[in-house]
Amino acid sequence: MNENAITKPLPVVVHTPESKLRSPMAMAKEMWHDLLASRELAWRLMVRDISAQYRQSFLGVFWAFLPPIAMAMVFVVLNSRKVINITETNIPYPAFAMFGTVLWQVFVDSLNAPLKVVTAAKPMLAKINFPKEALILSGVGQTLFNLSIKLVILMVVFVIFKIPVTWGVPLSILAILDLVLLGTMFGLLITPAGVLYTDVARGVSLITGLWFFVTPVVYPSPKNFPFSLLATLNPVSPILVGARDLATEGVLHNPVAFFIVTFIMLVVLMITWVVYRLAIPILVERMSA
Amino acid sequence: MGCLPLGYTHPRRKDERVSSSGVLIKADNVSKKFCRRLKRALWYGAKDLTSELLGRRTRRKGLRTDEFWALRDVSFELTRGECLGLIGRNGAGKSTLLKMLNGLIKPDRGKIMIRGRVGALIELGTGFNPILTGRENIYVNAAVLGIPKGEVDKKLDSVIEFAEIHDFIDTPVQNYSSGMKVRLGFAIAAQLQPDVLLIDEVLAVGDVGFRAKCFNAIDKMTRNAAVILVSHSMATISRICSRIIVMNDGKAVYNDNDVPRGIEYYYSKLNCQTSFLTGNGRATIVKMRMDSKGRKGIQTIRYRDELRVHLWASVDQMITYPTFSIAFHNQELYPISQWSSLYQGVRIKNTGSILHLQIDFNEINLNPSVYYITVTILDGDQREVLAKSFSIEKIQILGDFVAHCPVQLVAQCTVHPPNDQHHHAPSAC
Repeated sequence: MNENAITKPLPVVVHTPESKLRSPMAMAKEMWHDLLASRELAWRLMVRDISAQYRQSFLGVFWAFLPPIAMAMVFVVLNSRKVINITETNIPYPAFAMFGTVLWQVFVDSLNAPLKVVTAAKPMLAKINFPKEALILSGVGQTLFNLSIKLVILMVVFVIFKIPVTWGVPLSILAILDLVLLGTMFGLLITPAGVLYTDVARGVSLITGLWFFVTPVVYPSPKNFPFSLLATLNPVSPILVGARDLATEGVLHNPVAFFIVTFIMLVVLMITWVVYRLAIPILVERMSA
Repeated sequence: MGCLPLGYTHPRRKDERVSSSGVLIKADNVSKKFCRRLKRALWYGAKDLTSELLGRRTRRKGLRTDEFWALRDVSFELTRGECLGLIGRNGAGKSTLLKMLNGLIKPDRGKIMIRGRVGALIELGTGFNPILTGRENIYVNAAVLGIPKGEVDKKLDSVIEFAEIHDFIDTPVQNYSSGMKVRLGFAIAAQLQPDVLLIDEVLAVGDVGFRAKCFNAIDKMTRNAAVILVSHSMATISRICSRIIVMNDGKAVYNDNDVPRGIEYYYSKLNCQTSFLTGNGRATIVKMRMDSKGRKGIQTIRYRDELRVHLWASVDQMITYPTFSIAFHNQELYPISQWSSLYQGVRIKNTGSILHLQIDFNEINLNPSVYYITVTILDGDQREVLAKSFSIEKIQILGDFVAHCPVQLVAQCTVHPPNDQHHHAPSAC
């Protein structure tokens, strides 16, 4: 192997104090290279975390089912007792609420994943040089794995409430992936600050708690101003509602908002990726200092 | 780790190394600053992050409040086949330098150029999950180190073989002893074939037998790489390294090819307070003086010079025949050699007043270096330590001959002609 390396030109790396942003082309190349190089490690880390999680648990996948079901049940009970008054939904309310809470859970999972994996990998980051994208990818992978379990709940909901299966169902999978990317984007955005300060993680759990109520998760999108702003200004709304509508009704009621949010999300995701990469060496410095 | 691993008997000569392919590591005035206080460090981190995102060309040149230079203006070049030893006290900046070479943190000033694949033996078993089995963790750790799965599949058996954990390979790692974990970690890391190899001292792990194996594996890896080795074991440094940097307060205070001199320099800068007294107080060491060749109260002699030690001590009257001992410790405070009155059959009668002993060493054949002298007074059958003064004096031995072992034995050597039929010890030389 080394013999080959002598004949082939060796890769050269230069470490300088200069910000990598000053040579954007080189950085883009590095990012692409690292993304490809990180696949195997990402897979290993994902398999490691998932198997460790389930091997040490007695109830296992039950924990993936429980939170959304419990949350949906609360709202179903509140609604049926007229404690809260939710306007008519296009599908039976329990199905509506169940869909909403499962999707919301997926969003929150993907939002929390980046900071969680990076924090857990601190010792690794401080000692070993590896493609950092692997951490984020393994986090996304774990979210997707949990999602695949939760899809079982949704299938049961389809059967119980006799919801017609349309072409919107496969499309809704894409919308759900969109939701995962949106969550990952927010998660990645807060990761650098979150690694430095633990305040961020606390703040995030508080904010996601409130965010739930200003997102049409357990109630349909409000039509009247000013409450309709919840649907227009909240980036999660069009994606989450879109995914639910596609799955249960086979139509996307608000495609414009859906695609605008998706586009902005992809752009911001690229930016947060760059920020994350630039931040890691600085964060490692503060981890070990 | 203070001495040579016993099983290791195959030191590689430095000239055996493959030399070619030019410079693999080039460090140019590399500097790094750290902050002493956590809150401030985090705040500076946030600021640095901002300036990084704004694409600033350099970071702040000077020091901010509570900052200090953890590393200052270190420069060197290393080609394939060379090994650089990095020594210095804790906190001298060795690990910081390794981290920068590994690309984990950025320099604040200067420039580092690395050619080829970098392998780091800095932490073993990174990424191990205690719940998973040894076999599963091999794959995780290998992936972290960048070894592709195909290669791991091929080498799996040799890794398990090397780690000597056949019966436990499918047991969760949390049930491993710490030694087993480290052995497994090393066995995986030993599969790396880097161009640039960074080694931190962690390697001296496990029992003596495994340590020998480790050194053999490292030997193989270093043969075709540019190596940087951080170690506190001067024996390891002097055996492996062809260059040496002595670090002190973040600066490379010695940077040269002469490894033995570098080690001496490090020791001379190492002004640690090592002397202290123990014992049950039934004896007191009043004074000690060293003479040599008519000079009194010396601290320096030449290799193979004579040495006369005067010792004044008072011992409790209840003890009729105390035992005296003088021991030489090396700079890592390992005992090297000793004189004992009991071993020599010298009966020292305690009179109750101050005893004055004069001990004559005809020839001090210890390697040129600095040694610490420890004086011990025991009772007649060595059951009770009456007084013990660690490092009561320091003696420096000067000379040009530095051997592998600290003590040179003096022997008669005869060279027999080829037709000689005598069988007794013909190969003594």
